[in-house]
Amino acid sequence: MISAGVDIGSISAKAAIIQDQNILGTHVILTGYNARNAGEQVFNELLMRLSIGPEGIQRIVATGYGRNSVTFAHKAVTEITCHAAGAHYLQPETKSIIDIGGQDSKAIVIDSQGKVKDFAMNDKCAAGTGRFLEVMARALEVDLDAFGHLSLTADNAAVISSLCTVFAESEVISLISKGEKRANIIAGIHESIAARVIAMGNRIGLQAPVMMTGGVAKNIGVVKALEKKLKTGIMVSENAQVNGAIGAALIAATL
Amino acid sequence: MSSTVQEKDPFKEKRKIKAVQKMKEIMTAYYIEAKTPTQQTGKKIAWITSGGPVEPLIVMDVIPVYPENYGAMIGASKMGVDLCEKAEEMGYARDLCSYARADIASATINGGPIGGLPKPDMLICCNNICGTVMKWYEVQARYFNVPLFILDTPICHREYSKEIKAYVEQQILEYIRFLETVCGKPFDYDRMQEVGALSIRGQRLWQDILDTTLHKPAPMTCFDAFFFLALIVTLRGKQEVVDYYEMLLAEMKARIAAGIGMLPNEKYRLLWDNLPIWYKTRWLSEKFAAHDASLVADTYTSGWCSSLQYVDENNFLGSLAESYTRIFLNTGTDEMAKRIIEMADKYQVNGLVLHSNRSCKPYSLGQYDIQRIVQEQRGLPTLMIEADMVDERNFSESQIETRIDAFIEMLK
Repeated sequence: MISAGVDIGSISAKAAIIQDQNILGTHVILTGYNARNAGEQVFNELLMRLSIGPEGIQRIVATGYGRNSVTFAHKAVTEITCHAAGAHYLQPETKSIIDIGGQDSKAIVIDSQGKVKDFAMNDKCAAGTGRFLEVMARALEVDLDAFGHLSLTADNAAVISSLCTVFAESEVISLISKGEKRANIIAGIHESIAARVIAMGNRIGLQAPVMMTGGVAKNIGVVKALEKKLKTGIMVSENAQVNGAIGAALIAATL
Repeated sequence: MSSTVQEKDPFKEKRKIKAVQKMKEIMTAYYIEAKTPTQQTGKKIAWITSGGPVEPLIVMDVIPVYPENYGAMIGASKMGVDLCEKAEEMGYARDLCSYARADIASATINGGPIGGLPKPDMLICCNNICGTVMKWYEVQARYFNVPLFILDTPICHREYSKEIKAYVEQQILEYIRFLETVCGKPFDYDRMQEVGALSIRGQRLWQDILDTTLHKPAPMTCFDAFFFLALIVTLRGKQEVVDYYEMLLAEMKARIAAGIGMLPNEKYRLLWDNLPIWYKTRWLSEKFAAHDASLVADTYTSGWCSSLQYVDENNFLGSLAESYTRIFLNTGTDEMAKRIIEMADKYQVNGLVLHSNRSCKPYSLGQYDIQRIVQEQRGLPTLMIEADMVDERNFSESQIETRIDAFIEMLK
C-alpha cells in the first residue's frame, strides 16, 4: 500500500508519500495565492521525483488550512490529528506536541496510540507563529534562517511583552533605536513565543516527552527557548515541517 | 465539502419544526404593539435587562422591551459590525459588550432590523446577568431622559445569605413603589399572583421542552432552543407564552413518538455553554450536523427556568428576590461547574463546547476552570471556541472550523 498526505498550510504546502510505514519521500513548496494549485503542484512534483504515477497512490489524505481545497484527496483530516499521528510514528514515546506553523500555534496531548487527548490553539492572532517571526526578521533586517543561531549568541535576552504582532514589532523597533543588540532582541522574541505556547500547553496538561513540529521547529532559537522554559529536552525530527503530511499519509494508509 | 442541500430533501422537510412560523407571528405582533405609539395603546414602554423581574411590569400593563433580545436580532441579521463600529465612533471601547455597543448605537440612528426599539418611558436594570448593564442603562437613561430603576443582586458565589436576602427583598419593595410612581396607579397584588402563576407555567413548559432532548435522537437542538427562547424572555408571565409552549411541547412529543430527530443520524451528543454566536448559528448548526453531532442542551436557554426551585407559587412576589438573585450567571464558578456537570449527566453528552465570548465577561471568565473541573470529574472532552455573540470581527471561520473538525476527530 502506497499512500500520500498533502498538508496545505498558510505559508507552505507539504507532501509525503509512504509505503508500508516507510517514508518514500517528502516535499515542500510555498503555498502562494492558490491553495488548490499548491496542493496539486506539491503532490505532482513529489510523484515525479519518486518516479511514481498518480495511479500508484492508493489513498490520499489532505490536511492543513487548505485541506478542503485538495479535490483529489479521499478524505480531509485536521492537522491536529495528523500531527499526532506523525509524531507518534516518528517518536512513539511522544506524549505532547508543540506545533508552530505559519499562522497558528498548537499544543496537543496524545495517548500511547498517537490519538489526540486534548489540544489548544492560539486565538485568532498571529503572535507566536511563523508569520510573527517573518515580520520580526524584516524589522531586524536579518534572514529568517539565521534567526535561530543568532539568538543563541545573546548575552541577555530583551523583554518583549506585547502579545500582538503589530505592537511587538513597535517594541522591537524601539529596542533597536535604544541600541539593543540584535541577538538579544531575537532571543527576547523567541522567549515571548515560548512563553505564549507553553501557557497554552499547560492549560491542557502538557507533559514530557515533548516533540516540536511545524516549520518553526527549524528555528533552533525557539526550540532552545522552549526547552529552557519547560526545563526538559524537546525532540525535533528532521521531518518536523512535513510531520503533518506524514501523519496524513499514515492515516490515508488506514482508510 | 458543503453540506447545504440544493433541492428540497423530503427527509429534511420532515425534520423541520412546524411551530417556527407561529413563533415568528407572535414576535412580529409583539414588536408591532411595542412600536405602536403610546397614545394609541395607552401602555408605557419599559426597557429591561434579559434577567430582570418582568412580571411586575406585566401587572402594570407596561410593555417590556429587551435591548438584549434586539441585540440578538441585530447579530442574527448580521448588522452587528456596523452598529458596533458606530458605537466605537461615538467613543465606546471595542472591548465593551457588543449588545451594549449595538444598543447604544442603534438608539441614536434607529438602527437594526426593525429600525430601532420604541422609545422607553422607564428603564429597569437588574445586574444579576452582569455589571455592564448598570453603566449601559445609565447611558440610556441620560440619552432618553427617563427614570431608571437598578435592582442590585449580589453574586451568590455558593449561597444566598440572609444579608443578600434582606438587601434584595427591600429593593423589590422599592421596585413596586417605583412602578407605582412612574405609572401613576397602585400595584395590583392579586394580579401579581395571576401573572406569577403564568410565569411559572411558562418556565415549567420551557424546561419540559428543553428536556425533550433527553430522548435519543433529540427532537431539537440548542440551535432551535436559541430561537424558541425569545418568548420566555420577552413575554414571560403572559398567557400566549403558555399557549405557544404547550403547542411546541406537543410537537416535540409527536416528533419523539414518530422517531424524528433533528439530525438524521445522531452519533454524538454535546452540551453548549455561553450565548449563541448569533450571526453564525446556521453555519455552526450545519457544521456540527455534518459530523452527526447534536447539541442537545445548553446552559444559556436553560437560564430562563434554572431558578424555578426558588419560586414560591403561593407567594410569587415574596420569592421574586431569591428567584432572580439565584440565577446561573449570578453564581460562582464552582456552582456553574456543578450545574454543567449535572446537565452533562442528565442529557448524557459526549462532550462540552464552550463559547469563550469576548462580549460576555461573567459568562466567560471561569470557563478554563470549568473546562478543567469537567475533565477531572467526568473525563469529558471539551472544545473552546473564541468568538463574540454579535461582533463578527471576533470570529475566524477557518480557525473555528479546524477546532470543531479536530474535536470531532478526537471523539471518534
